[in-house]
Amino acid sequence: MSSPHSQGTPAIELRNVSCRFISPDGKATLALRDFSMAVARGEFVAIVGPTGCGKSTTLSMITGLLKPTTGEVRVMGAPVDGIDPRIGFVFQADAVFPWRSVLDNVAAGPLFRGRSKSAAYDEANEWLRRVGLANFGKHYPHQLSGGMRKRVALAQTFINKPEILLMDEPFSALDMQTRTLMQDELLQLWGGTGSVVFVTHDLEEAIALADRVFVLTARPATLKKVYEIDLPRPRITSEIRYAPHFVELSREIWHDLREEVQIG
Amino acid sequence: MSTPQQTLPQGIDAASLDEVERAAQQRIRRRHALVIGLRIVVLVVVLGGWELAARLKWIDPFFFSMPSAIFDQIVDWLVNGTSQGPLLTQVWVTLEETALGFIIGSIGGVFCGIVLGRNKLLSDVFSLYIKIANSIPRVVLGSVFVIALGLGMASKVALAVVMVFFVVFANAFQGVREADRYMIANAQILGASRRQVTTSVVIPSALSWILASLHVSFGFALVGAVVGEFLGSKQGIGLLISTAQGAFNASGVFAAMIVLAVVALIADYLLTAVEHRLLKWRPTSTN
Repeated sequence: MSSPHSQGTPAIELRNVSCRFISPDGKATLALRDFSMAVARGEFVAIVGPTGCGKSTTLSMITGLLKPTTGEVRVMGAPVDGIDPRIGFVFQADAVFPWRSVLDNVAAGPLFRGRSKSAAYDEANEWLRRVGLANFGKHYPHQLSGGMRKRVALAQTFINKPEILLMDEPFSALDMQTRTLMQDELLQLWGGTGSVVFVTHDLEEAIALADRVFVLTARPATLKKVYEIDLPRPRITSEIRYAPHFVELSREIWHDLREEVQIG
Repeated sequence: MSTPQQTLPQGIDAASLDEVERAAQQRIRRRHALVIGLRIVVLVVVLGGWELAARLKWIDPFFFSMPSAIFDQIVDWLVNGTSQGPLLTQVWVTLEETALGFIIGSIGGVFCGIVLGRNKLLSDVFSLYIKIANSIPRVVLGSVFVIALGLGMASKVALAVVMVFFVVFANAFQGVREADRYMIANAQILGASRRQVTTSVVIPSALSWILASLHVSFGFALVGAVVGEFLGSKQGIGLLISTAQGAFNASGVFAAMIVLAVVALIADYLLTAVEHRLLKWRPTSTN
């Protein structure tokens, strides 16, 4: 499970990053303290940690929406400066545009990036087909279920062919069954191309999806431990969670995580 | 514990569902008819009571008029024209002032609202003054406008603009500020420039606020135009009201009010149609 990941510069690198927030009324809080991590190209990394510990902060810094207070964030070997076009982001909240039809939502990325209309819509139709929404192009998001809206969000992100995919608890609002289906769908769409950083509070989700799981401490967050998940791929997330090794890993990581949750 | 299948009565099948459905729909229709019927009853009671009270001299028809006299007044205006010329000309003049004020005021309000809403420093500086300006009774400015701009159309349009601008502005501003930050971040990461974020995220999400304000502000524009005419003019429904008031003609005041109400209702209907057209992406509300 290690060969394709270790070569060349890492896709994402955080070096001794600390991040301090100044709230509008002038109070400072430290969200992240001396945090380092590296994600290889083509690697799927999950970050787990207690609620509110600063998991999302790491993603914001990788996108360039947020600057670290100290330390350095590098993407594809270069320091982050503004929003990198090679990055895709799937949000926890519903971030699809409710006033655009499903097809217009999926085509948004290429259109923003100056592709021609016909090319953008051809591609959007292709991605709609891939996420199983070919017949819903003319629908508006409010007419779809939560799971279908997430598929729209996935298609909207994947259409830009991101080399780095950041996901901030993307499936946490879905019910258990839909979530499992979406996890499989994500693994299929990803297929080992590009690096993924998947933030979640769901430990089983992290283990089922990732190559490595990063456990963060309570706020101010720093890296507690990294776990290699040596479960074979391709994985079916609904089945793998019953594998003995999965249960073993899950118990081991939970032991670590529980201490932090109790502190937080 | 029995399973649900066992507790179901025997007769539940497609045919009986149809029957229940038909009965339910009939009930809904009957209720609808009842509501309409009761509305008519209320109208008849109120108007009839007024007419009766006036005819029996319980209230003085000289001061409070009565429905039949108001109706006669409207017919008289339509047939013989008002003292200032044909009724439709008066309606047209007021409508023109209202529409001009409404259009200028709402375009200005939307523009300023979006510009200020997108700029943190400007909005922090100006928000205080906007709040103050919004709480001043702006109708009073009508006097200033009549002094400065004369008895013609300009003073009425100016008053209508002032009435409309702040309402639309406040709503556009609020709408821009309420734009979902995840959606904005999403658009940015998908590759939108700052201008594209404004046009494809901020404006659409502010649109429901803006359109809601247009409903209210058309009424304000009408008030602005009529009050402007009332304060000093040569034409318009406002002048009609002030003339009727000068002549102690209560029926004339009520008749002008009804004409205004008709204009406002038609405008509201048109605005609702526009709103439905522009906001067709929204879930239909449940009421």
